[in-house]
Amino acid sequence: MSTASGEKAVALSARSLVYSYGAAPAVKGVSLEVARGEILSITGASGSGKSTLLLCLAGVLAPDAGEVRLGDRIISAESESERSRLRRSQVGVVFQFGQLVPELTALENVALPLLLGGARRSAAETAARTWLERFEVGGLADARPPGMSGGQSQRVAIARAMVTEPEVVLADEPTGALDSLSGELVMNQLVRVVREAGTTVVLVTHDARVSAYGDREIHLRDGELDPHPADLLDAGVS
Amino acid sequence: MSNAHVMLGLLSRGQQHGYDLKRAHDEQFPAARPLAYGQVYATLQRLEKQGLVEPVTVERVDGPDRTVYALTDAGRTELADWLDSPEPPSPYVSNPLAVKVTLTILAAGEQEAHTYLRRQRAAHLDRMRDYTRTKTEPSSSLPQVLAADYALAHLDADLRWIDTALQRVGALTKEITS
Ligand SMILES: Nc1ncnc2c1ncn2[C@@H]1O[C@H](COP(=O)(O)OP(=O)(O)OP(=O)(O)O)[C@@H](O)[C@H]1O
Ligand SMILES: [Mg+2]
Repeated sequence: MSTASGEKAVALSARSLVYSYGAAPAVKGVSLEVARGEILSITGASGSGKSTLLLCLAGVLAPDAGEVRLGDRIISAESESERSRLRRSQVGVVFQFGQLVPELTALENVALPLLLGGARRSAAETAARTWLERFEVGGLADARPPGMSGGQSQRVAIARAMVTEPEVVLADEPTGALDSLSGELVMNQLVRVVREAGTTVVLVTHDARVSAYGDREIHLRDGELDPHPADLLDAGVS
Repeated sequence: MSNAHVMLGLLSRGQQHGYDLKRAHDEQFPAARPLAYGQVYATLQRLEKQGLVEPVTVERVDGPDRTVYALTDAGRTELADWLDSPEPPSPYVSNPLAVKVTLTILAAGEQEAHTYLRRQRAAHLDRMRDYTRTKTEPSSSLPQVLAADYALAHLDADLRWIDTALQRVGALTKEITS
């Protein structure tokens, strides 16, 4: 997908993001751009700030400094309620930890973002069913999260992130709790679906095998981006 | 593992001539180097001398005569013994990446070793992306997917080592330059 100038359209970007929970910042001046339709992997050691960065990109956390742009809107400058409206309609988020509502069925969980956005129940449930089927968990429509395996609830969570057909999906360790074969099946399905839909994806993972599903990887260290190795000065033995 | 054992294994599905065996081999083991027909023929003759296979008939289709081989009882026993015994786990003790890290520290310094590891990481990840693409290609056969998985697991092992080494370059520099 290109603009008239032939440049790749930027779906999501961050400029000089800073976020602190307490005294020490967890994200220290991160800038990045994700092209439309691109799958960007973010890797880094535990505690390097991956989840914090993703929550800033999602508009869940408001950065202390810097900005997040979604398309041409600076979402980091929007109010809390506007950010959460944008998140419901234009961004799908898969969180690292427990995210499905345990009292609701899989179908109700997936339909929820549409209902919150004002869709009619029947339309929301039809769409939810389609997305559950796309991730091969259609049979679980009436099951509740406590009775699902890790892989099943992760698929349901991904279906919920995609049900609004957002431009951007942000996923934090979507396969973190799964064995490698289940993780691979979830990744295969996720990548197939987002490639078909042209969705832009930011994928946080500490696992290189998951990262390799992306088009490009950026690496966080102590809240900062490592420069890409290709940009490092040729410092080898000459 | 030898080609002879692979031939015995492929013949367990029933009698075949050399050309069929070559084709079955190349299809089942996409990661292996394709067999040359001459290699198959030589192996079959050796196996025949050892009494592990025997010629059963000669097929005359258009083109050259083709000897069709079958497993003998001895061949079947040999195959079963071989399949029953685990391969020695390869220890992968020689690590060219580690050699390069040490030599980079000695010749250039800690920062350069760090840079080298970062580049190596990027190169490994590029290869992993290629294999991941093969794996997700709907047209890939299951043997191709499994071959890609094997490559990915090994690249991933290297990559984990690279990540640990990146955290230890400083300590390593102190130790080998002191
Ligand atoms: N809710 C919080 N309150 C206070 N500090 C936090 C909170 N969440 C994260 N941190 C701190 O911020 C830093 C970055 O954490 P973050 O969760 O972003 O790391 P991560 O890269 O996602 O790690 P992991 O791979 O373990 O998920 C860490 O030092 C962590 O202790
Ligand atoms: Mg995290």
